[in-house]
Amino acid sequence: MSSIAINNPSAIHHDDHGHAHHHETFLTKYVFSQDHKMIAKQFLITGIIMGVIAMLLSVLFRIQLAYPDHSFPLLEVLLGRFAPEGRLDPNFYLSLVTIHGTIMVFFVLTAGLSGTFSNLLIPLQLGARDMASPFMNMLSYWLFLVACVLILSTFFIESGPAGGGWTVYPPLSAIPKAMPGSGLGMTIWLIAMILFVASSLMGGINYVSTILNMRTKGMDLWKMPLTIWAFLLTAVTGILSFPVLVAGVVLLIFDRSFGTSFYLSDIVIGGQALAHEGGSPILWQHLFWFLGHPEVYIVIMPAMGIISEVMAVNSRKPIFGYHAMVYSLIAITVLSFIVWGHHMFVTGMNPFLGGVFMITTLIIAVPSAVKTFNWLATLWRGNIRFTPAMLFSIGMVSFFISGGLTGIWLGNASLDINLHDTYFVVAHFHLVMGSAAIFGMLAGIYHWFPKMFGRVMNPRLGYLHFWLTFVAAYFVFFPMHFMGLDGVPRRYYAFTEFEFMEKWMSVNVFVTWSAILGAVAQIAFLINFFGSIFFGKKSTENPWEANTLEWTTPVERLHGNWPGEIPTVYRWAYDYSKPGHPTDFIMQTVPHSETMSSNLPHDFDGNEVAEKIQEEWNLAHNASKNPEQVK
Amino acid sequence: MTINQEPDRYSLQPKKFVLWLFIVSSIIFFAGLTSGFIVYSGGGARKALNVDLPKVFIYSTIVIILSSVTMHLAYLGTKRLKFAQQKLWLWVSLLLGIVFIALQVYGWAVWTNLGIFFINSNATISFVYAFTFFHILHIVAGLIMIITALKSSYGPVPTVTNSFRMDITSIFWHFVDIVWIYLYVFLLLNR
Repeated sequence: MSSIAINNPSAIHHDDHGHAHHHETFLTKYVFSQDHKMIAKQFLITGIIMGVIAMLLSVLFRIQLAYPDHSFPLLEVLLGRFAPEGRLDPNFYLSLVTIHGTIMVFFVLTAGLSGTFSNLLIPLQLGARDMASPFMNMLSYWLFLVACVLILSTFFIESGPAGGGWTVYPPLSAIPKAMPGSGLGMTIWLIAMILFVASSLMGGINYVSTILNMRTKGMDLWKMPLTIWAFLLTAVTGILSFPVLVAGVVLLIFDRSFGTSFYLSDIVIGGQALAHEGGSPILWQHLFWFLGHPEVYIVIMPAMGIISEVMAVNSRKPIFGYHAMVYSLIAITVLSFIVWGHHMFVTGMNPFLGGVFMITTLIIAVPSAVKTFNWLATLWRGNIRFTPAMLFSIGMVSFFISGGLTGIWLGNASLDINLHDTYFVVAHFHLVMGSAAIFGMLAGIYHWFPKMFGRVMNPRLGYLHFWLTFVAAYFVFFPMHFMGLDGVPRRYYAFTEFEFMEKWMSVNVFVTWSAILGAVAQIAFLINFFGSIFFGKKSTENPWEANTLEWTTPVERLHGNWPGEIPTVYRWAYDYSKPGHPTDFIMQTVPHSETMSSNLPHDFDGNEVAEKIQEEWNLAHNASKNPEQVK
Repeated sequence: MTINQEPDRYSLQPKKFVLWLFIVSSIIFFAGLTSGFIVYSGGGARKALNVDLPKVFIYSTIVIILSSVTMHLAYLGTKRLKFAQQKLWLWVSLLLGIVFIALQVYGWAVWTNLGIFFINSNATISFVYAFTFFHILHIVAGLIMIITALKSSYGPVPTVTNSFRMDITSIFWHFVDIVWIYLYVFLLLNR
């Protein structure tokens, strides 16, 4: 065996030692843990905390949007100089929008989503003891945490947090004097982002290496659950795009702090011309969106993988079009790298180039539609079990459809001239990648909670959480389409300042109260989540009667995952309701020799010996088989 | 094989793969920077790289290619279990790496003496400084790996560990070598 030659004997020795007297301290078990399941939980809880913070920030700026001229003395008590006389400071409003976007996109939906479920599920569903490099995995979490702390710390500095929007376009972001939100807060934002990228890369590299090298016996690529396919392609996308963001960010840091002119030219502040000359702000947009667009797929693809799995389990049916699901994920990954220009249609881009980007963008509708139809076909005539996870999965598909349709509007270079930077864009991406991805994440939390904590979350609170959140999300984002069509721009501080926007004030009030409803609904989730960790119903080993490998591990969640040998895999993950089998699921670890009554010719991948054995069995048991399978 | 009950857990193959993936992300990083250069210099005649590169870059290129050769000799030494050879060539590679950094920094000094500064209204020049700077960071990472490999060639570690470290060190070192050749050729072509 060639693998033996490159084994590390000292590590094996160390392990024998470790098992004999295994003393884990609090520090090594809960804090500096190298166990993938603990790291997943660390990512999840940090992600939830960051998500709650970002949601509260959004409630703050929604209050400003609904009541721009109203004074809330409470705000001054809470926020001090950021809300003088009970009204949000305009610069602080911009900071709120910026930090809300940054936290949600990067810290919750990238690290919180991929970090949690890739870490939890990759070793468990593939049959590995841990990640390729557990140490790097730990480092990935700690860099992420430092980035979180840094970005939140900017609320406590004199000039406040970064305020240039989550895309931090120069020149605004490149000149510290431009506004308070471009000062120290922006510097810290950029540093936090570099740490974040380092964390993401370490995580992503680990995921890819684990998936490609550490699958258990029998687990070939085409037997992997769709979750793993999604995590693999997400990680690949991250590895190929995040370094470009770093390249862009370091140049921005050079411009801000060292005086170079990569992005800056002909800037006059207060009648004074700055020394920067010759730079190009469009360069930043190219570098940023080369990451920025793949980033939205980094956000949505894990959610797609999670809900594919949850839907198959809870429809008690194989996922419809497994291969098509994989190929569409691959297509999305490839296409994601050649569409970034659709964020830049109004930068004075050559119209021909705009046309090219428009076509590549619209082609993405094809794999997206393939996935959507496959999900719907999976639901079709299934024995649907409406668990909270299933509801969130269906909700995800709903958001993905309603948000995805407006993507076809926005991908058109000519329509985008009208719609660019309006609330139409806000509505579009909050539905298609915001709400959809968060619903995918919530579906994953409800579904794999037993694997993380050994207990089941309360379904009733889950239903309450789902319906309130689902309705609130549509109430918040749907009206924004119409504001956008009317030309109302994003990120504006007070609608009362512009005559044509004033008629939208009543809608803003409605949206704000819906947002507050949505925020309140999350209390049901938080109580359920943290309560169930301690008081939830004890879970069985396979509470959802699913096929995948993680449900063969003991409820106690051992270090190393399986107490004995790692199970071997014999079949794909989606043998639900297979005709002829007594139960409606067959786990991946069940060999075909034990399921003679339900085997189909294509189960044997052209293995003639096995086919022959099956044929003989079928002839012997002819009475119970239908003639088609016999031949 | 009794000692090896769990080949997947301690196999070094995935860890080597991690290095390859890191190399991929590094390639993307430099590809990002150089495409930034192309986008920028496409903005007009004034935005082209219109000065000669420091001559010393030729010497630094020779030095780093030599260091790749010595690194390969160290690798071969390890492979043939001739550890004295491994140590010798690792030391030489380390030295050549340091010389390379010194030559690059000297190149910067040559430019700044000519008044060609990092802070420049022609950002292509700033780009050259940025390319070399980030490449030096990679070289430093490579030097740290060489030191680790050296340490394990002296230290009481199993031969497997020693040769694994040697292996990944040489892969990474050849990679940073190739990155420099790419950057140098890229700059020569875009002058």
